[in-house]
Amino acid sequence: MKRELIKFICFSLFVMLMPSFFKGGYLMNVLVFVGINTMLAIALNLLLGYAGQISLGHAGFFGLGAYLSGIMTVTYGWNPWQAMPVAAIAVGCLAYLIGFPILKLKGHYLAMATLGIGIIIYIVFNETYDLTGGPSGLSGIPNLELGGIVFDTDVKNYYLIWTFTLAVVLFSINLANSRVGRALRAVHDSEVAARVVGVNARLLKVQVFALSAVLSSLAGSLYAHTMTFISPASFGFNFSVELLTMVVIGGLGSVYGSFLGAALLTLLPEFLRSANDYDIIIYGGLLVIMVMFMPGGLVRGIPDLFKKVFKTKGGADHA
Amino acid sequence: MSLSLLSRGEMQFDQLLQYTLSGLSTGAIYALIGIGFSIIYNATGIINFAQGEFVMLGGLFTLTCLDLLKLPIWAAVPCAVVASTVAGLLFERLAIRPLKAPTPINLVIITIGGSILIRGLAMLAWGKDTHSIPSFSGDDPIAIGGATILPQHLWILAITVIIIIINKYYFYYTISGKAMRACAYNRRAAGLVGIDVRRMVLFSFLISSAMGAMAGIIVAPLTMTAYDVGVMLGLKGFCAAIIGGMSSGMATVVGGLLLGILESLGAGLISSGYKDAIAFIILLLILFIRPQGLFGKADSERV
Repeated sequence: MKRELIKFICFSLFVMLMPSFFKGGYLMNVLVFVGINTMLAIALNLLLGYAGQISLGHAGFFGLGAYLSGIMTVTYGWNPWQAMPVAAIAVGCLAYLIGFPILKLKGHYLAMATLGIGIIIYIVFNETYDLTGGPSGLSGIPNLELGGIVFDTDVKNYYLIWTFTLAVVLFSINLANSRVGRALRAVHDSEVAARVVGVNARLLKVQVFALSAVLSSLAGSLYAHTMTFISPASFGFNFSVELLTMVVIGGLGSVYGSFLGAALLTLLPEFLRSANDYDIIIYGGLLVIMVMFMPGGLVRGIPDLFKKVFKTKGGADHA
Repeated sequence: MSLSLLSRGEMQFDQLLQYTLSGLSTGAIYALIGIGFSIIYNATGIINFAQGEFVMLGGLFTLTCLDLLKLPIWAAVPCAVVASTVAGLLFERLAIRPLKAPTPINLVIITIGGSILIRGLAMLAWGKDTHSIPSFSGDDPIAIGGATILPQHLWILAITVIIIIINKYYFYYTISGKAMRACAYNRRAAGLVGIDVRRMVLFSFLISSAMGAMAGIIVAPLTMTAYDVGVMLGLKGFCAAIIGGMSSGMATVVGGLLLGILESLGAGLISSGYKDAIAFIILLLILFIRPQGLFGKADSERV
């Protein structure tokens, strides 16, 4: 536990000192997105990596958070600080309700059902013009404001977003090491065995699903209030796949892995700016290659690789 | 008064007929794709998320054969089917078979990765534009009752029927078809009686990518084609397969037709914007209420 704490403090310091290297500039904007994506990847990882339940509809929950926040502040003039928790609670309730029938499904069927939900949400964003502005989007969403500070620059947003992200990181690490986390891993390994030893697997899965949706919704609200403009294109099936890629590349069941995956997939397209259209190929290729050669993701794959290279005899031992 | 009511009723009937007829042909396409899903699922337990990409490849390879190689349509179609089938086989050999830990989640992820990769490569090869393919035999509409259909609709229905008959023949009257069915019932037992299960897996990819490609080719003259048409078509095909309880026979065909007609009616009578949502709502309802399909018997799961 102490080691976890030290790791977390180092990570927080690293994150908080980051802006002093860049002194504003365009990259700060990208780093804000790394924060949002990290939060999303951790949310999905709680479900996929710990509980072993796949979701291809998380972009939908992310979008719901963004749109609920946006509509409540723009159309109804709410304070963003009020809109954010209300959106999160609403999305959580929705996820809780659909969680019961949907998490009865397993594997491929679960993947398809969550995908269906994601696409239905996406279609609703596009079609309810009066509420969401349809495909042309919703603009004029207010920035967050705290004690007279308006979060309207990249640097200010960086600290805002990363404060939330670090809180999510800490929360998730604690959750993973708690009784609930152990129960989740038991469900992951064998649902029947978990139930035999007294874990209410069905309820637990639904709760994690709802929690994951709440965190995604929170990320969505933050996204809406930093961007001040949202449109359905950001919340489609492709983004769900992108999130999945982040989690798989980083490492299933690893909070810092989610950060690695999110950072890599957010920064990569920026460095490959000339290769604008090719990023979709890179995502696909990365997914295939990671599953085939590094099923544990970067956080486990890289140490394994080192062991393989530096060990004179025998292969890497898989713990 | 009563006259106007009558004529309105008649008009509505014509409209319904029109929607049903056009729904039938899209439904036939969904059925073909759905059967492709089921064949792979039954032989391997994999839901191949890349299924839709073979549909896309079929249409785009036909385009290349017609425009670049200047082949006539009757030669372009088989060439395109062969090319897409080769892509399907490569996919199985390069991505599915070498997988070290074939857990369901890994398989979902790798087939999704594969589908993105194939789509990306298609975007490189054919660009982002939407392409049109000429109809097989003209565009003169044919009147049926108060509705009209295009010759291509008839082609779609006829080719679908032929493929289903061939399929039936293959699975019930040939030795390799029977071996495939044995794999679907029990892979280990099939292996024990000397069936090469891995070859059957390869066969299942061969058949379903060929069927998918054929579906993509016959629908292309109606809907145009582009590098990204495979996603929606694939998902709708899966929906058909789910309605049919993942059977590779008539149940999935009925599922596809039902989906096509409901979608067409929904688009016409409710709202065209929600057309795609209809398929997914049906998908979710079936998964929630009758995961074994509309016609299947409930079956207990082994652990």
